[in-house]
Amino acid sequence: MSSAVLSTSAAQGRFFVFDAEALEVWPDEVCPDREASQTRLTAKALAGPASRQVSSEDLSQRKERWLGMTTPASRLAVRPAPEMVSSGIAEIDALAGGLPRGCLTEIFGPASSGRTTLLLAALTAATRRGEVCAVVDASDAFDPLSAVAAGIDLDRLLWVRCREELPQSHPSASLKACTEKKKSDKQTFKFEQSESRSAEYRLEQLLRATDLLLESGGFGLIALDLSDLPPQAARRIPLTTWFRFRRAVEPTPTVLLAFERQSIAGSCSSLLIKLGSTKLGAAGNRTKEMKAAQVPELAHARLLTTLEITAEMVRSRLERKPAGSVSATFASKTAWAG
Amino acid sequence: MPFACIFVRNFPVAAIFRAEPELRAQAVAIFEGKPPLEKIYAVNKKAGSLGIAPGMTKAQAELCSGLALRPRSSLQESAAHAALLDCAQSFSPCVEDAAVGTAILDLTGMEALFGPLPEIACAIFQHAAELGLDANVAVSSNADAAVLAARGFSGVTVIPAGKEAEHLGSLPIEVLFAERCENKNNDEDKKEAALLETLSRWGVRDLRALAALPEIALSERLGRQGVCLQQLARGKASRTLVPVEAPLVFEEAVELEYPIVLLEPLAFLLNRLLEQICARLATRALATQELRLTLELENIPSLGRRPEINQQFQRTLRLPLPMLDTKLFLKLLQLDLNAHPPGAPIKKIHLAAEPVRQRSAQGGLFLPPSPEPEKLELTLVRIAGLVGESRVGSLELMDTHRAESFRVRRFMPGAQAEHLRKANDPAGAEKPSITALRMFRPPLHAAVTLENGDPARVACAKNKEVQGSVLWKAGPWRSSGDWWEREAWARDEWDIALQNESDVALYRLVHDLLNGIWFVEGAYD
Repeated sequence: MSSAVLSTSAAQGRFFVFDAEALEVWPDEVCPDREASQTRLTAKALAGPASRQVSSEDLSQRKERWLGMTTPASRLAVRPAPEMVSSGIAEIDALAGGLPRGCLTEIFGPASSGRTTLLLAALTAATRRGEVCAVVDASDAFDPLSAVAAGIDLDRLLWVRCREELPQSHPSASLKACTEKKKSDKQTFKFEQSESRSAEYRLEQLLRATDLLLESGGFGLIALDLSDLPPQAARRIPLTTWFRFRRAVEPTPTVLLAFERQSIAGSCSSLLIKLGSTKLGAAGNRTKEMKAAQVPELAHARLLTTLEITAEMVRSRLERKPAGSVSATFASKTAWAG
Repeated sequence: MPFACIFVRNFPVAAIFRAEPELRAQAVAIFEGKPPLEKIYAVNKKAGSLGIAPGMTKAQAELCSGLALRPRSSLQESAAHAALLDCAQSFSPCVEDAAVGTAILDLTGMEALFGPLPEIACAIFQHAAELGLDANVAVSSNADAAVLAARGFSGVTVIPAGKEAEHLGSLPIEVLFAERCENKNNDEDKKEAALLETLSRWGVRDLRALAALPEIALSERLGRQGVCLQQLARGKASRTLVPVEAPLVFEEAVELEYPIVLLEPLAFLLNRLLEQICARLATRALATQELRLTLELENIPSLGRRPEINQQFQRTLRLPLPMLDTKLFLKLLQLDLNAHPPGAPIKKIHLAAEPVRQRSAQGGLFLPPSPEPEKLELTLVRIAGLVGESRVGSLELMDTHRAESFRVRRFMPGAQAEHLRKANDPAGAEKPSITALRMFRPPLHAAVTLENGDPARVACAKNKEVQGSVLWKAGPWRSSGDWWEREAWARDEWDIALQNESDVALYRLVHDLLNGIWFVEGAYD
């Protein structure tokens, strides 16, 4: 640990001390020679108890001098806590404090666990705040009607629909204006469209589009929707990519969300939420007598009205502690439930 | 009332130099006419020193080594003339388009804006140079004296008021006829040529000598025209300007000696044209929201094209907001040409910009951040290159109940004021979360086993996860529409819960009533 503190301070060109008390243990040899180099340490600086023979008067004077010029490690600048914004669902806000700006948040769960519901709620809250949002849709699964029912301002939502194959006119390195024997309409560009290759193309487009959006800046929320991609394909995204996204979003007020089936960003995500559905609510028109008589409910008499969703905060690197337990339950209504 | 004149000598050559600055150091001759009767129309000094003169045939000129021959380009000349007027109008609202290569400005009141007259003249000179024009600038108390001074003196000339005769006296008599001598076929030009010859025979070589002639005797011999010329020579002619309101056309063009095959050298030329257009727009405090690029292509018989078709390749860039950024425009054009290559060598480039007023935006301290329009446009074009043009943008629902009726339109975030209105809308506050549907595009064809008319088991060949026994179902909910159209639709929708390998998932199952197909449209998530 000592060497780590040493190198950090040396890189910053600062004088350093391990601790104010340490001066009494380590004499002036700890302090580097100012005139020669601010970061060079003499060999004695790390010497053991053999060099402790100094007077207490000299020590206190030096201590006062060095304290005036040094910054103790305990007082180094601390990164401020990120600003939290509403996720659009009160229970999630109470659980995790909201969604952090400048951080990567992962939300994962199986099918029908409420991931897209949370996505729409976050987009609604963000567009109501007047922020411009983007959804990078790896599977082209975004439903416009659900978005309108949720109250999203579509003018402020950018939808990037990844496709199964790369566009045929993708850039070539030579930038030729005159194509060599231009392919006629009869000749088709065929290649095998296996599912894994399709997932690869979608992933590639998602990652490149995300890079471009982060570089452009100005977005309040960027959501990466990998919910329908097979987990084995999503796990192919290297951690360095997630790290790059995290570093890119850090100095910005952008909320970066990733929706997937399993957690894949590792320690790069600052907040990790797991979703699951517990039960669905349906309306029917059986009377009490019919229920008592166990008359079977007819399908055409039922109506899907609610979906109860459980959210669990798996990990949070943020300071805020949850209000209660680390899980919460909320219900979402279907658009026709009223 | 001070006036300024901007005069570009040898205008056809100057127009070529503006388009190809690298030719300034060479001997250049401009030819016109139809082959094989092409004749030299204009030459620069270096070409003149090599013995090339207007009127020679092109074949004769080609015998001279080190001579750069260029065809006369009316488009380049009009672009250069437009640039000249732009330069003039950036210093005065009252500009007269006196002749090709000559613009006269009324500088009344401009001293309060731009400073003393010598500074204004220097500023005009520098601005013209920035627009690629090597011009002479002269300032005088009357317009005609300024024109004569600009024609006669190189660089910047400022004539103090009342000293016009003294300054103009040393100029040769040909200065009075400079703009007319180019066209010898005109009858008036012939008369002026005769007049010039008469003055030469009298020994009148300069304006001082003409000004010194007795006025009555001069009028008896040369008539009214002689008196007018004498007034010009004395610097006492006065007239009002006829201001021009030139149409705002911002076009630049370049014809290539050899066709271009690669896009990289094309980008270099586009950059030059864009710089000239943007400089002219900036001069008038305008921006552009549309760029039209027209490329004239070389005929390639091997591609099977007929000569009269597909010779021109046009691309139009429409921007979401008025912009004026050369680098951004170049990048957008490069990305567009990359996605839609011309397909044949390029021999001529024509670029036009639609002028609009510059946008003004009032920022605020408490407004939420939004992407910069220029960066956003570039990002959208790049993303469109990745996923396709129609697959990035904002959503717009169509006015129909048919499923999947939406279109993706250009993404243009709304104004901030509109956001504030919506944010204050009480109806939108505290809305409960809506259960979302995730669509399968294309929908998954399903093999459905029915029991008593209700789906009991579903299996999708393309997605192994969407199969299993139906644990719970609600429906059918019937909808139909467009029965009066050819593309009628009718469907039954079911909400079903399927038990897959590990979990229970909710799906929307659809039965197309017209063709009997079952498919899984989406999953509730």
